[in-house]
Amino acid sequence: MSKLVIASIGPASSVQDAGRPGAQRYGLVPSGAMDRLALATANTLVGNEPFAACVEIGPFGATFTARGGAVRIALAGASRNADIAGRPVAPDTSATLADGETLTLGFARSGSFSYLAIEGSIAGEPMFGSLAVNARAGLGSPYPRPLQAGDELETKAASGAPERRIELPATSEAPIRAVWGPQDDEFSDDTKKLFVDSEWKISATSDRMGYRLEGPALTHLHGHNIVSDGTVNGSLQVPGNGQPIVLMPDRGTSGGYPKIATVISADLGRFAQTPAGRPFRFQAVSMAEAQAAARKFAELLHSLPDRLRSIESVDLNLDALHDANVAGYAVSAIDAGTWQAEITGPD
Amino acid sequence: MAAPLSPPRLLPSGDSAITVEFSRNIDDAANRRVLALDRALAAQPITGVTEAVPTYRSLLVHYDPLQIGFDDLGEKLLALAQRPLPETTAARRWRIPVIYGGEHGIDLEDVAKTLNTTPDDIVARHTAGHYRVAMIGFTPGWSYLSGLADFLHLPRRQNPRLLTPAGTISIGGVQTGVQCLAGPSGWHLLGRTAVRTYQLHRDPIFLLEPGDQITFAAVDAETFADQDRAAEAGEFVAELLTP
Repeated sequence: MSKLVIASIGPASSVQDAGRPGAQRYGLVPSGAMDRLALATANTLVGNEPFAACVEIGPFGATFTARGGAVRIALAGASRNADIAGRPVAPDTSATLADGETLTLGFARSGSFSYLAIEGSIAGEPMFGSLAVNARAGLGSPYPRPLQAGDELETKAASGAPERRIELPATSEAPIRAVWGPQDDEFSDDTKKLFVDSEWKISATSDRMGYRLEGPALTHLHGHNIVSDGTVNGSLQVPGNGQPIVLMPDRGTSGGYPKIATVISADLGRFAQTPAGRPFRFQAVSMAEAQAAARKFAELLHSLPDRLRSIESVDLNLDALHDANVAGYAVSAIDAGTWQAEITGPD
Repeated sequence: MAAPLSPPRLLPSGDSAITVEFSRNIDDAANRRVLALDRALAAQPITGVTEAVPTYRSLLVHYDPLQIGFDDLGEKLLALAQRPLPETTAARRWRIPVIYGGEHGIDLEDVAKTLNTTPDDIVARHTAGHYRVAMIGFTPGWSYLSGLADFLHLPRRQNPRLLTPAGTISIGGVQTGVQCLAGPSGWHLLGRTAVRTYQLHRDPIFLLEPGDQITFAAVDAETFADQDRAAEAGEFVAELLTP
């Protein structure tokens, strides 16, 4: 059996797949990839099921060494410098490590999370049908925690299939779309206008539980405590200081702050990839627009196999590499250690 | 004939979930309607609904917008919510053993002082209660119980603790709780139970369901230690009284 041995890896890196929905009524959040399109893209490139388990890699660098045989991989999501034993690896392209070769990944240049798919996926013991790491619940396989240097990911030997690239539509720079509610009636019309009219930044003290936003304070009409109700990925809850927190895949299943709006499902991955400190805006859309966007996003996911292309010339590779190396924004410093103090316990 | 039930509010939670809200407050009648809708939905599944999450005052219904739209699902949920409430006597009843006070319940003495009584009296009042699992949330197995005696209602601590032990039995506001995993909490810690409401590699992994009825029984340190070993080995330790 081949394996990838992790020689070095930064925080906020873990095995993720589509997560484990179905047990939120017991307080178990689904977890799963922050950017499902990137997860499916990486998997499609190496012939895996679209939501097979990948290594979700945070903003920092990482190195992986193939042992016991060749390992075929693909990288999607946040762009970053990548090479195998000095051979550049373009984004959204598959590549193969010979036995003993090392894949070296740099810092994320744009975006926050990259997805490293391994042909044959990652060997592990699914719980509730998923290998996704949820460290607080002790779930995840092969390691129920973020990845560390020395960890080993077992997989099948590389098939020797020809390498592929995938053609994706350009990433949208449009505002992040959200629908009002469930508790937008806890805010005045002026406050709602402030929410959509303002520039926001994601704080560096964000993680897989939630992204803290920095911008104008949103004031509540009736105070910031409500009786807890259920949360979803993308819930924009507003605590006492008026700075919204967007709940992400490792959120608590219930929460006691008013939720002014909810990021639409089609934009969650794009939102998750917004680097800390980069200004962005929200746009309020209707339920009909949000559900139409969800259908369009599903079509994009389904179209991935049709977007595969063979790699015929070196020129293509160089183009892709050039795109990856266009100077992006500064590395976002998402720090997995800073969030915990914000949690004050059950409501 | 009973007065018709007032319709709940349908609140959008993004494009893939609806919050069916019966009340804005902690309200026993609303929680009964939440649990009744949850059961009705389980008994008569609606195509496109992926999971339902009961809370004190609302049912969060997750769905696939490719299979059903907001308006269509909302209409179906309103129809289900208008049904008469079923009898609740069929609920499961559990007795959960608790070691109160000392190192296991470090707030018991302070709670007694604040309420001008003795720790024994607090234990007697807490074990006399008949509680219902109103919701499970926050972290796996964290069970919020309604039915706490008025006498034991206390504001939460000014400074929440960042780490409280697994199995903690606590009170906060009008609620009492059974906590499974170690974690942060601002509630008052009365004791601990060996019962694991969430345990991997046990069948079932989750012991309690929303709607289950709960009583507590005080046990001594030796019993707690025995039960803790048994629970670690996969036994329920909690006694199932009915059905």
